[in-house]
Amino acid sequence: MTALGKLLRTTAFKLTLVYLTVFALFAAFLLVYFAWNTRRLITEQITQTVDAEITGLAEQYRQGGIRRLVFVVDARSRRPGSSLYLVTTRAGEGLAGNVGSLATGILETPGWTETAYRRLDDPDGAEHEALIRVFQLPSGFRLLVGRDLEERERLHDIVLAAGRWSLAIVIVLGVAGGFFVTRRVLKRVDAMTDTTRKIMDGDLAGRLPIAGTGDELDRLATNLNAMLERIEGLMYGFKEVSDNIAHDLKTPLTRLRNRCEEALRLAEDESQYRAALESTIEESDALIRTFNALLMIARAESGQARDGMTEFDAAEIARGVGELYEPLADEKGIQLKVEAPAAAPVHGNRELISQALANLVDNAIKYGAPDGAGGANGAAAEIVVKAVGDGDRILLAVADGGHGIPEADRGRAVERFVRLEQSRSKPGSGLGLSLASAVARLHGGELKLEDNHPGLKTVISLPRAPSVAAAS
Amino acid sequence: MRLLIIEDDRDAADYLAKAFREVGHVADLAADGEEGLAQALDGQYDVLIVDRMLPKLDGLTVIGTLRSKGIETPALILSALGQVDDRVKGLRAGGDDYLPKPYSFSELLARTEVLARRRGGREETVYRVGDLELDRLSHQVTRAGDEIVLQPREFRLLEYLMKHAGQVVTRTMLLENVWDYHFDPQTNVIDVHISRLRSKIDKGFAQALLHTVRGAGYVIRDSK
Repeated sequence: MTALGKLLRTTAFKLTLVYLTVFALFAAFLLVYFAWNTRRLITEQITQTVDAEITGLAEQYRQGGIRRLVFVVDARSRRPGSSLYLVTTRAGEGLAGNVGSLATGILETPGWTETAYRRLDDPDGAEHEALIRVFQLPSGFRLLVGRDLEERERLHDIVLAAGRWSLAIVIVLGVAGGFFVTRRVLKRVDAMTDTTRKIMDGDLAGRLPIAGTGDELDRLATNLNAMLERIEGLMYGFKEVSDNIAHDLKTPLTRLRNRCEEALRLAEDESQYRAALESTIEESDALIRTFNALLMIARAESGQARDGMTEFDAAEIARGVGELYEPLADEKGIQLKVEAPAAAPVHGNRELISQALANLVDNAIKYGAPDGAGGANGAAAEIVVKAVGDGDRILLAVADGGHGIPEADRGRAVERFVRLEQSRSKPGSGLGLSLASAVARLHGGELKLEDNHPGLKTVISLPRAPSVAAAS
Repeated sequence: MRLLIIEDDRDAADYLAKAFREVGHVADLAADGEEGLAQALDGQYDVLIVDRMLPKLDGLTVIGTLRSKGIETPALILSALGQVDDRVKGLRAGGDDYLPKPYSFSELLARTEVLARRRGGREETVYRVGDLELDRLSHQVTRAGDEIVLQPREFRLLEYLMKHAGQVVTRTMLLENVWDYHFDPQTNVIDVHISRLRSKIDKGFAQALLHTVRGAGYVIRDSK
């Protein structure tokens, strides 16, 4: 499409044309109305004047007969700027007046006519237009009174000329203005189109230009940029996730395969084969669990879980999870307490939050008590699960009295499959904290690892849901 | 128990059919949604096992169609999609239970048997197994006439087990139905709850009613 073609097809230009047409039509209408009305006004004035004159002259005729009439008409004709007069005999012979020649047959037509005429004192001059009235006197004489239409025509011409000029200027200015404005708009839109093309070709970091005028194009660009930001994030998230999953699953799969191979090589009797098969199933199960956990983390990180979000009470979740794990803790000599005094409304994915909290509690039970009953300082080992409000945030915390995590290791601990030294010997996938962290981030919050003096305190900080009117 | 297995994966279908037959059930197979729908409309099955992704007609549509024709045969949906929203979708479409793949056969078997028995539709207020009695209205539990005090959760756990007395109940089923959790706690929290319950209802009595089924789950039954 040529540049001109593009310009002409823009909405801005079409809009300009529409406006232009509307204004031009309106202006033309106004002009015509004005012209027509002034014309009518002038004609009215003329007819009134002429009628008055005729009435007056007819009266003169009645009073003084033809002689009187001729006398008066003569006198009036000589006055400058006077009307047009003509008195003729029945035969058409002129008796008085200032009209030289007339169009033929005019005198025969009574009433009003517009006609061309020549002045008596200027017989070879130009023809003029006049509005005349022919009046039949009783004895057959004819009286003609009229006025020159020159004024009227001149005014008409002026108005029309003005109209034509202004229309021309409006159209020219309008089209030129339209071009100018449209070109500017088109330049901005073209800049945006170019950027989107570059982005689609692979430059994910590209963003639409913002002119800084705050108008609708800028607002559009700002919103589109925000969308691009999110898409870029998602794309990187996906890439990272698929890389990680590929890497993270290859190890256990390889291990599984090796065990099977080993069994084929070394097993001799049925019980050994059976043992190998059972261990294969166990490994497969562990692998499946790992895979599901990774999938959940991927879902949490890519924002897929956003659709399943509802509003619920985090305190309820804390109580539920605490109650689920309490017997297990008790069996290990740990007392598990839940502190959730008030409602803690959050908006999120119930399943993920439950899972995250469960992971934290599970960790606390596994690692949060030093070996043997009793805590580091001799008191009974304790784990506290808390759901409390903190301003505009809700904190779900699990605090234990174990060895804790040294500050230097806290960053690493949240990464996938990281097992810190002190926990390497215990069973577990190493994904618990990763999931909890991903879930926290998905909900616009974060996972914090803090020192519990002594021990570890893991905190999921979430935004508090805006309070709903208390229902049943 | 007569089962219809609608599954397009030949291997999986054969494996399931064989496994069910070994335990003494009758299993018919259908390889796509249309065939499955036709067979379900004809035959009299106790439970339908429906794979969600099927050629010609997908699993949820098959179940939806059956339900719209007034066929209430319990349906268990198998699916690789295992998130809670997928489960909700499946149940909303008319399914009665939802099992994500991969699953263990013992899990599938336990759930299928529970579904089959559900057709009875009897809603009793008092459950009895041996000399153990649970009153659902008064929340009283007695054994051999003596009252046993249970925590609310322990009560619900026992109630669920006794509702399915004689049937194997898996840990996942307990987690879903007694706790309403759909995630996998990495450690066996359920086992500890069961052992606590066991110590309350079985300890001190000559006959144990709550049994562990290795590799599957638990069952409460009078082993006379």
